[in-house]
Amino acid sequence: MPSLFEKTPCEGLLPLAIGGMTLTEIAAERITSVAPFAGKDRAVGAALKALGLGWPKPGQSVAGKGGRILWTGRGQAFLIGADPEGLAGIAALTDQSDGWARIELSGADVEAVLARLVPLDLGAAAFPKGSVARSSLGHMMMVLHRSEDRAFEIMVFRSMAATAVHELHAAMTALAARAAAR
Amino acid sequence: MRIAGKGLIDRSRTVGFRFDCKDFTGFEGDTLASALLASGVKVFGRSFKYHRPRGVMTAGSEEPNALVTVGRGAGQVPNVRATVQEIHAGLEARGQNCWPSVNTDLMAVNDLFAPFLSAGFYYKTFMWPRKFWESLYEPAIRRAAGLGALSGLSNDEGYEKAWAFCDLLVIGSGPAGLMAALTAARGGADVILAEEDHLMGGRCLAETHEIGGKPASDWAARIVGELATMPNVRLMTRTTVTGAYDGGTYGALERVGLHLANPPKNLPRECFWRIVAKRAVLASGAHERQIAFANNDRPGVMTAGAVRAYLNRWGVAPGHNVTLFCNNDDAHKTARDLVAAGLKVAALIDVREDAEVSGDFPVHRGVRIVDTVGRKGLREVVIADREGKISRIVSDCLAVSGGWNPALHLACHMNGRPEWREDIAAFVPKPGMVPGLAAAGSSNGAFSTRACLAEGVAAAEEALEALGRKPKKTDLPEAEDGAVRLRAYWEVPEPKHRAWLDFANDVTTKDVRLAAQENFRSVEHMKRYTTQGMAPDQGKNSNVGALAILADATGRGIPETGTTTFRPPYVPMSIAALGAGGQGTGFAPQRFTTSDKAARERGAPMIEAGLWYRPSYFPRPPEKTWRESCDREVLMVRDRVGVCDVSTLGKIDIQGKDAGRFLDLVYTNTFSTLKPGRVRYGLMLREDGLVMDDGTTARLAENHFLMTTTTAAAGQVMRHLEFVHQAHCPGWDVRMISVTEQWAQFAVAGPLARELLNSVLETPVDNAALTFLSCGHVRVMDVDARLFRISFSGELGYEIAVPARYGEALYRDLVARAESLGGGAYGMEALNVLRIEKGFITHAEIHGRTTAFDIGLAGMVSGKKDCIGKAASQREGLVGPKREQLVGLRPIPMSREIGAGAHLFDEGAEPVSANDQGYVTSACYSPVLKTHLALGFLTDGRARHGQRVRLVDHLRGTDVICEVVNPVFFDPEGGRARA
Repeated sequence: MPSLFEKTPCEGLLPLAIGGMTLTEIAAERITSVAPFAGKDRAVGAALKALGLGWPKPGQSVAGKGGRILWTGRGQAFLIGADPEGLAGIAALTDQSDGWARIELSGADVEAVLARLVPLDLGAAAFPKGSVARSSLGHMMMVLHRSEDRAFEIMVFRSMAATAVHELHAAMTALAARAAAR
Repeated sequence: MRIAGKGLIDRSRTVGFRFDCKDFTGFEGDTLASALLASGVKVFGRSFKYHRPRGVMTAGSEEPNALVTVGRGAGQVPNVRATVQEIHAGLEARGQNCWPSVNTDLMAVNDLFAPFLSAGFYYKTFMWPRKFWESLYEPAIRRAAGLGALSGLSNDEGYEKAWAFCDLLVIGSGPAGLMAALTAARGGADVILAEEDHLMGGRCLAETHEIGGKPASDWAARIVGELATMPNVRLMTRTTVTGAYDGGTYGALERVGLHLANPPKNLPRECFWRIVAKRAVLASGAHERQIAFANNDRPGVMTAGAVRAYLNRWGVAPGHNVTLFCNNDDAHKTARDLVAAGLKVAALIDVREDAEVSGDFPVHRGVRIVDTVGRKGLREVVIADREGKISRIVSDCLAVSGGWNPALHLACHMNGRPEWREDIAAFVPKPGMVPGLAAAGSSNGAFSTRACLAEGVAAAEEALEALGRKPKKTDLPEAEDGAVRLRAYWEVPEPKHRAWLDFANDVTTKDVRLAAQENFRSVEHMKRYTTQGMAPDQGKNSNVGALAILADATGRGIPETGTTTFRPPYVPMSIAALGAGGQGTGFAPQRFTTSDKAARERGAPMIEAGLWYRPSYFPRPPEKTWRESCDREVLMVRDRVGVCDVSTLGKIDIQGKDAGRFLDLVYTNTFSTLKPGRVRYGLMLREDGLVMDDGTTARLAENHFLMTTTTAAAGQVMRHLEFVHQAHCPGWDVRMISVTEQWAQFAVAGPLARELLNSVLETPVDNAALTFLSCGHVRVMDVDARLFRISFSGELGYEIAVPARYGEALYRDLVARAESLGGGAYGMEALNVLRIEKGFITHAEIHGRTTAFDIGLAGMVSGKKDCIGKAASQREGLVGPKREQLVGLRPIPMSREIGAGAHLFDEGAEPVSANDQGYVTSACYSPVLKTHLALGFLTDGRARHGQRVRLVDHLRGTDVICEVVNPVFFDPEGGRARA
């Protein structure tokens, strides 16, 4: 029997490079939502510790060798790039691997690009590396993660990938045009 | 006329531009106003109502007269203040509200009718007949009286919106603003300094005095230079702060590309900033005010400060022979600067008998101006001395100063009221009117340079302290520290001709007095009656003068009379900037299913469903209309098999020990008793008892449910569930998350559905293995999938879900297989017909005003348990025969088309609202039953099956008799879905 071909959320849309900034699709990784059941916070913390991680505080992430875990809301986090070993039964788990378009924006002016779309102070003091926010990208709901000093990981609903790329592209070109006008 | 050696313009770089179809040149650093004044242009535009020739009056963004249209075609911008627009090569501007040109305006005939056009004239004259107002009077008046016009074309040039954050926002870069920014920046705070001009320095650029022993403009340049090197300072020129909002958020409009001859591609024209600041210093300066006297609106009549600005900053003499008219000492500087520059001052007229002034010019004390001469440019000033003796002064420019009004607008944007200060005859902000914002310098009523510098430092120190930072000691530079000497003087009494207050809207002192006489005595009523303060300058030049005259006319003091309400924006702003990015499809995100490309390749027109795009139908030759395609797709599903992407329905994963109990609370029916591997249809109510949503929920495992919602209400249901959990049962062990985007889900429906599915499943299913309303895990082409046996068409139906990455591949495969079986893809139109034939509801029926009783599902509200909305749904009036109930409708004869939105009446009754019996919510043509069908709500409808009603669609002109029937038109036993 033939097998089904796969498509990534941003296929045909990325990569883009404008004015020293790049926008790329992050390679698919396993994403599992983890929501500890009542009274299981400690057990979940221990299981994550075994994975070299830990439960992230609000607005933060924990990175380890095997993967990362991002705070994504009240009592909820996304485990990325690791299998949810030891978490079954103590946390509600769902597969989110296909639900999100994951885009990396990197370059010197990352904050300036995002300042056109995100209503948050993303300066290094207010939002240092490792910070996570549930916010909006234009009119879209987003998970935002500062993955490097000069790089942000942007997660939006898979169905909105085209709009997200369009908005980021517009912000990048406008910023590049400002540099050209100087 | 240019004065050699003066000004902050670059005389080595000339710039060519056009105004009113004539070529001009200016220098880099010029505004349109300064360049045209230097070229001897007097008339910049025509006034709003009377089409009187008007010249430039100010040198700032408050300009009421010199409004021009810049550019051509779709991108033309009307009402640009010539005092703000920088000139650039290729700039093309023209006067407004005139035909054919500003110099020869045939509409000026209006001026002759002036005695009839006083305040309230339109209201009184054009009242009757009432219906003529909108269609005839208003359009005609608007054409004759007015400002510039938009092109009416769609303009796709870019605008931008952005956010910025800082510890301290300093608004304005005059002496106070610069000192505030410097003090705060040296103290380590993150500072944004916003200046609406293209040059920082504010009044330092327009005056000849010294700061710290240097010319003020040099001092300003040095401070700006220091600020520019500091990493914690952001200098924003061409940026006007337009509004103060909650939480320390300020709106600001930046002119990004409007001053460039050849802006780079994609450069935004303007950017609307939202600046979030922990503290703010308002250092926006002050506006000089006019004095009202007869014919005070001639081209050549300007403010005294503006004359100094054109002289000192741009090296332009606005006249050869300047007269001054003032009530204060500050204005005397204008005469001294003019003389120092070698220009002739015809006279200085001070209304104060005791004014102390000396200089190389004639001085008239205690004298008033009774008239001016010169329609297209001032020629003479007519004065009267204390005895009433008239004399004339030959003069081509009249510099007027009635004192200064602090530019306190932003401080009042949160509805604080300013207080009156008698000594400067002006309103000043009160501390705390906007939390975190402190006014400093002239905007706070401190008019000497030294006081401005000191207040800037003090405001910054106060801000630093609030931010938890220690200010470093800042030395105050030496500067003039003169006291304000002024006598409040608003108008020359009893003018023989009209004396203008609001130049932009052509409002005179007489209009204000008329308003008071007609009992529009409140300042807010006077404003609306006269339109004073409602022009683009929003009364910056006239509010205080107008209310002083209103106070006089009503026998009150100015503080008792009060001000009108200050509202954002501080300057006119483009809606395009506020709505940046929102043109066309930018209005909202677009959501595409994984099958989107495949559907478009098949020629399907896409229809919006919320933010989603879904295929309407799949045209196949030789079909010419959507109906033909739709009919074929319906029959295909009923006879063979169809495939439809249903991924857009909301999918919520619910887990936990209390998940079943939780579903019992949010659904009307019981889910805790559902067996794992089974699916149940559920109905959800709002708190008020009306239906919120419906859908199927599957029990995947003992403590694991998967809820589906309608496409439209997915977000609303998720929010509702979160609210119920957090507010009503926070202790329950329930966890939920949306998995809508994770799964691509396709409906496979029709008698051959199982045959099609079994051709792709690793392990085939049969009717017994997966009975109606069951679900299970399957493998499809090496991929783990979920299979649900549910049906929205009434046919044998399945929905198969795979991770979204495989969605497009599976859809293409399923459709190809369906086609080989004589079926194919079906779209929203066919889906709608299939569900209407079965009497299944959508949000057309559960539109927010219907109850479970209304839609015939009262039996689904379990009597054994409570649920959200249950008690409220049993309120009086929500059940019973008076309710409009869901019914089916068949036209007689069957060929008559009916449409949704039609209303129902008793047969023979007059089709008027008093006789209304109900309405149609959904309608279609059923190719299976070969008749038009409709679902609708009819009073006591369930008891009226078999009766006839009259269906009238007033919009489409339909009038049909219909038979009321059971809403399930097709296969009422439901045998097909269970086959």
